[in-house]
Amino acid sequence: MEYEANAVREFAVLEQLARLGRIGIGSLEQLGRGHLLLLQVLAGVSELLTRPRLLLNQLFSVGVLSVLIVAISGTFVGMVLGLQGYYILSQFGAEQTLGVMVAASLVRELGPVVTALLFAGRAGSALTAEIGLMKATEQLSGLEMMAVNPVKRILTPRFFAGFIAMPLLAAMFSALGVIGGYFVGVGLLGVDDGAFWSQMQSKIDLYDDVLNGVIKSLVFGFVCSWIALFQGYGAVPTSEGVSRATTRTVVHSSFAVLGLDFILTALMFGE
Amino acid sequence: MIDEEPLVTIRNLRFSRGERAIFDGIDLDIPRGKVTAIMGPSGTGKTTLLKLIGGQLRPASGTIHVDGERVDRLGTRDLYRLRMRMGMLFQSGALLTDIPVFENVAYPIREHTGLPESLIRKLVLLKLEAVGLRGARDLMPHELSGGMARRVALARAMALDPMMIMYDEPFTGQDPISMGVLVKLIRALNDASRLTSIVVSHDVREAAQIADYIYIISNGKVIEHGAPDAMLNSASEWTVQFMHGLADGPVPFHYPAPGLAQDLMGGI
Repeated sequence: MEYEANAVREFAVLEQLARLGRIGIGSLEQLGRGHLLLLQVLAGVSELLTRPRLLLNQLFSVGVLSVLIVAISGTFVGMVLGLQGYYILSQFGAEQTLGVMVAASLVRELGPVVTALLFAGRAGSALTAEIGLMKATEQLSGLEMMAVNPVKRILTPRFFAGFIAMPLLAAMFSALGVIGGYFVGVGLLGVDDGAFWSQMQSKIDLYDDVLNGVIKSLVFGFVCSWIALFQGYGAVPTSEGVSRATTRTVVHSSFAVLGLDFILTALMFGE
Repeated sequence: MIDEEPLVTIRNLRFSRGERAIFDGIDLDIPRGKVTAIMGPSGTGKTTLLKLIGGQLRPASGTIHVDGERVDRLGTRDLYRLRMRMGMLFQSGALLTDIPVFENVAYPIREHTGLPESLIRKLVLLKLEAVGLRGARDLMPHELSGGMARRVALARAMALDPMMIMYDEPFTGQDPISMGVLVKLIRALNDASRLTSIVVSHDVREAAQIADYIYIISNGKVIEHGAPDAMLNSASEWTVQFMHGLADGPVPFHYPAPGLAQDLMGGI
């Protein structure tokens, strides 16, 4: 009796171990497939040089169509920063440094990170759904049978469009955020106009702050576009499969952006 | 009649999806210049067979030759070169949804030739004329009916004047008029352009009407093959059931289950 109970327990443990193993192998397979797809996408760069229109079209749908949401969000985030910053800084009589606080927060962190999160929700999900549906409606197979490589023709332009658009969108987010902060701080709360700009000019460094922010948004653009394309290309070609893939794009991109932001911040600004 | 070498030769083809064997050692020849129908019940891997011939899938074992080239061993560049001489009509049409009809048909021509715009226009209009849709050139794919979308896809498949066209379930979900148009088009295009056509279908009447030769596959095997008349008058029980659409026969009406009485009483 006891022997049987032990055997059952051992079997249950083994079953758990096997499940863990399956999950591990599955994750590694996904990772491998993702990297192989990335290599194929990058290998298609020559296609963009001969057909720049492919890239321009995608820059429009990935970049230009995201401008509105990024611009509005940037302005409001800047306005909130202006308010919060003023209340905290004024307690120490340091409200004249509001410009530095707003600009540093935006350029270093909020610009790249919030833009990437918005990008994942607006453009990343659209990319996944578009490619997933192209797969479900056999358009990708159709291209293959027309002797056209769908990875080079469909995925590569979208990937580079995301990579190029992200830093531009982040720059716009930060610029409009600063203007939002200026409007609240100087326009509504009475911070000195000259101090707002001159403090910002003297304390914000082109390399330490601006360039590091640009590097962050380039990394985020790379990762978000990669995740969106991989999820779309690997989606199960059914309506449920595409819906799941779209959700995964937003979730995985958000985690990746926040995790990478911590690592990059530690590397860039750590002593 | 000179016995020409078949355009497609398949030998001992095996292919599986997971545990399930889709093809278990099938042999098939597609003669040049003819319409060959590949028939069988749903889920027997007819579409998979077309994907294997087109090199989109690789077999587990066996050989597939198309016009003397071994498709399952070709590298990407050679495979794409061969595909330029193949056309495929997908069940859904697979038109690119973000460009109009004209651009869809022009797509393969623009991709693979450096022809001037004026010549591309003429070619596209001629292809659209052949399928009766020259007037629909400016419509977007979502504005087309199912039958029209398939005809546009057919014009696109013919754009580069291929040596063969593969049709994946061309008659499924068509109204009688569209069905009649497609049947007529497939036969007419095959004869006028000296094509080789492979039609995958489970619509017995239409397929038998246009095919010169029929293969029936089921459970990973070729059940029977021959001319349409021979198939319709076959002695094989299985072929009789399939060709005449009988509800019961070697393919049972009932999915395997315990006895009805036992099943009904089981819930008590």
